[in-house]
Amino acid sequence: MAKQYETVIGLEVHVELATKTKIFCSCSTQFGGAPNTHTCPVCTGMPGSLPVLNRQVVEYAMAIGLAANCEITRVCKFDRKNYFYPDNPQNYQISQLYLPIARNGYVEIGTGGTRKRVRIHEMHMEEDAGKLVHDEWDDTSLVDYNRSGVPLVEIVSEPDMRSADEVIAYLEKLRMIIQYLGASDCKLQEGSMRADVNLSVRETGAKEFGTRTEMKNLNSFKAIARAIEGERNRQIELLSEGKKVIQETRRWDDNKEASYAMRSKEDAQDYRYFPDPDLVPIIISDEWIERVKRNQPELRDEKLKRYKKEFDIPQYDAEIITASRHMAELFERASALCGKPKKVSNWLMVETMRLLKEKNMEPEELAFSPENLAGLIELAENGTINSSVAKEVFEKIFTDNVNPVEYTEKHGLKTVNDEKELLKVLEKVIAENPQAVVDYRGGKEKALGALVGQTMKAMKGKANPGMVNKKLREILQ
Amino acid sequence: MDITGMTAVELGKRIQKRELSAVDAVKAYLAQIDQVEALVHGFVTVDREGAVKRAETVQKKIDDGTLAGPLAGVPAAIKDNLCTKGMLTTCSSRILENFKPTFTAEAVKRLENAGAVVIGKTNMDEFAMGSTTETSYFGVTRNPWDLEHVPGGSSGGSCAAVAAEECPYALGSDTGGSIRQPSSFCGVVGIKPTYGTVSRYGLIAYGSSLDQIGPIAKDVTDCAVILETLAACDRKDSTSMPRENYDFRGALVDDVKGMKIGIPQDYFIEGLDKEVKEHILRAAAVLKEKGAAVEEFDLSLVQYAIPAYYVIASAEASSNLSRFDGVKYGYRTSEYEGLHQMYKKSRSEGFGAEVKRRIMLGSFVLSSGYYDAYYLKALRTKALIKQAFDKAFEKYDVILAPAAPTTAPELGASLNDPLKMYLGDIYTISVNLAGLPGISIPVGTDSKGLPVGMQIIASCFDEAKLFRAAYAYEQTKAYERPRLVKETRKERRER
Repeated sequence: MAKQYETVIGLEVHVELATKTKIFCSCSTQFGGAPNTHTCPVCTGMPGSLPVLNRQVVEYAMAIGLAANCEITRVCKFDRKNYFYPDNPQNYQISQLYLPIARNGYVEIGTGGTRKRVRIHEMHMEEDAGKLVHDEWDDTSLVDYNRSGVPLVEIVSEPDMRSADEVIAYLEKLRMIIQYLGASDCKLQEGSMRADVNLSVRETGAKEFGTRTEMKNLNSFKAIARAIEGERNRQIELLSEGKKVIQETRRWDDNKEASYAMRSKEDAQDYRYFPDPDLVPIIISDEWIERVKRNQPELRDEKLKRYKKEFDIPQYDAEIITASRHMAELFERASALCGKPKKVSNWLMVETMRLLKEKNMEPEELAFSPENLAGLIELAENGTINSSVAKEVFEKIFTDNVNPVEYTEKHGLKTVNDEKELLKVLEKVIAENPQAVVDYRGGKEKALGALVGQTMKAMKGKANPGMVNKKLREILQ
Repeated sequence: MDITGMTAVELGKRIQKRELSAVDAVKAYLAQIDQVEALVHGFVTVDREGAVKRAETVQKKIDDGTLAGPLAGVPAAIKDNLCTKGMLTTCSSRILENFKPTFTAEAVKRLENAGAVVIGKTNMDEFAMGSTTETSYFGVTRNPWDLEHVPGGSSGGSCAAVAAEECPYALGSDTGGSIRQPSSFCGVVGIKPTYGTVSRYGLIAYGSSLDQIGPIAKDVTDCAVILETLAACDRKDSTSMPRENYDFRGALVDDVKGMKIGIPQDYFIEGLDKEVKEHILRAAAVLKEKGAAVEEFDLSLVQYAIPAYYVIASAEASSNLSRFDGVKYGYRTSEYEGLHQMYKKSRSEGFGAEVKRRIMLGSFVLSSGYYDAYYLKALRTKALIKQAFDKAFEKYDVILAPAAPTTAPELGASLNDPLKMYLGDIYTISVNLAGLPGISIPVGTDSKGLPVGMQIIASCFDEAKLFRAAYAYEQTKAYERPRLVKETRKERRER
């Protein structure tokens, strides 16, 4: 029988923080400016310039650390990581090695009904590097320092994960926490969240870890899952052939679904870390921690509990809605406006999710206002519009955030409640469909449906189906 | 009017009284530069046209009443490791031979706001690494007292320029004695303030945790006035500190009665030149006569200061200087294949031997496996030295010491023995490690006619005490001009 292997995975996750300005200067962190327009002497490493720490970075890092159950380091320092590369203007990165902001935390993840803790070894603050652009025509490289100095936190887990599912669950959990805190938008595709996977395999039951590799360039959950699968198989294959896994950094190519070695441990650089003498230690007081805790928004787990209690909506619905802080906010605000949380939840769970899927969008991208959703619910509930019209209007709200009252008014979508007009149409429908009338009178309930349909059609959908039904029954009795 | 013979404060007063203009002042100094610069070579850059223009602008402001103050219209020279917007800032290195900063250092800005007229940038040891100004890529600076001798370093250009009266005052920087030692060699007054007193923003760093900017001038009064202008807590420098006391002029009183002065015995043993020792002890006796209580004490730990300093300063330098890589500004080698060769060749060709030596030393002590044994141990030594000084200052108001073990050595005598050169920093280095303020004032000349400087050290933020002792001593002794200046004056008169 073939040997059984277990996969052991630890993650290094980089998250770009959502501060308006960079970590050590007042340049904008905005993504996508013309090259080298969000720069100054500090973030381009000009001689004589000095870094000044942005306190908001510390607060975001503390908030994430606290939400991930970490101990906050009361006297923390920045260190210099020395290496030469042109995207790094000083040829050292200001990071934290000796006294990182947070240590010894954990997050809870759930996969397939089981729950487990993934421990966090440490979390530190650092600056991002610039971006190199290679000009193939000219055979030169250009550098854009707009990203240089954008604040990052790196979250280093313990090797506690055993499968791609657990890795994804862990990443989703981190992303949810950080998005809830407003500390980052955590977009993998845009690079505001990046994960490096440390993976090794060992025979099931073995005590010692195997030799690990580090996988870089993973920019979607799918790529991460594929890379884990690929690397696991590569390592198992090596071991079963009696070969050894080499400790190295590998780059994942998601198009080829294969990885290749970047550098081995032997050519690992000596970064010559030492405390940055340009920055003073950060002293974190109890008061500061308390203030950050107080300002922390309600996180997902607390929200879940509250929703079930306060709004009486099913667990499953509450989970879907709270999975995105933005959706949860839409829910709460729309519910407060119309006073019908169950209806709001329904619109989000059914129509919103359908359209998100159809348009391949993330819940964070929802652009309609809670006012318009609440307005729509009121129109539907007081019978101003019927349910099929409501769906039609909702699509317009979803795509263009239209005001439902104005929209139904403008397009004449209001249900016609005028009895005289309805009776006129009914007479006509009965006259034109003698067979259906005979069938209904002969006991075929279904025939009534056909008549209702004809009436709705004749009234261009603006009739109230309940009323049509009732009147028809009265007439045909 | 002997404009260049005046102190900065005297010159400033005359300008305020409209006895002469800022333009007259700058022109007098440019004329003196014409006369002696070829001999002394105190400057890397003299910005003649720019200086006159700036003087005209300043004079206009003085005339319309928008600018007043003791330094308004007074020329100044700036060490070439302080950034000056649009003006060459080379650190006396080939790697920055064509570098023009995009901003002006905070210290220079503060002087300019007070009406200083920058006339140029002074020569220095490359990246402030050296004790003789001989490691400059742009050639040596000579000591105005004897052109065959070095001016000291690394602020040798600034000190020589002040002594040769090419400028009334200059800014220097001091990482291990780079203001005090050349001040001593050139017979001028130079102060290294408490770490954190003057913003380092715009100072091209050597050893960031030790670097401090300070003034060099003809007398103590000038230094106090200039330091009042320089000192400020600057948000752009995280190591900058708010002070309770920014009044230094108030300390300029000729009274040391009851002042407690300590003399560390350990500073007066082997290695100290006999004549220097006699001068310092004589100066101490002068202060005693004026009513100070002078006593010897054991400072200890002195022998550990030099290794600790060279480990810390070199470690920081190895990282600080890594940004000079030929990618963004400064020197880039002409021929190369690929990025790594470009780095290697640009840096090999761009840096001089002493800088490379310290980069290698610093990289070594930070390497994995050596960090604890060297760098951390050096940091612990630094803390112990600070403690030893703190203890001494419980007892004494100020400490007297030599600024250097000898007077200025001959040109070329130091470079071939770097260890000996490093040992020459013994009296100044501990002050940087402990972050203390220290001043060097001239106390006479030796039998070769070279100046001897005495160092006065005070506790952190206690510059006032240091100024008081220095001022009181200065009242007993007239300022001495170097032979070169006396001779060129004579020549001028005879012509």
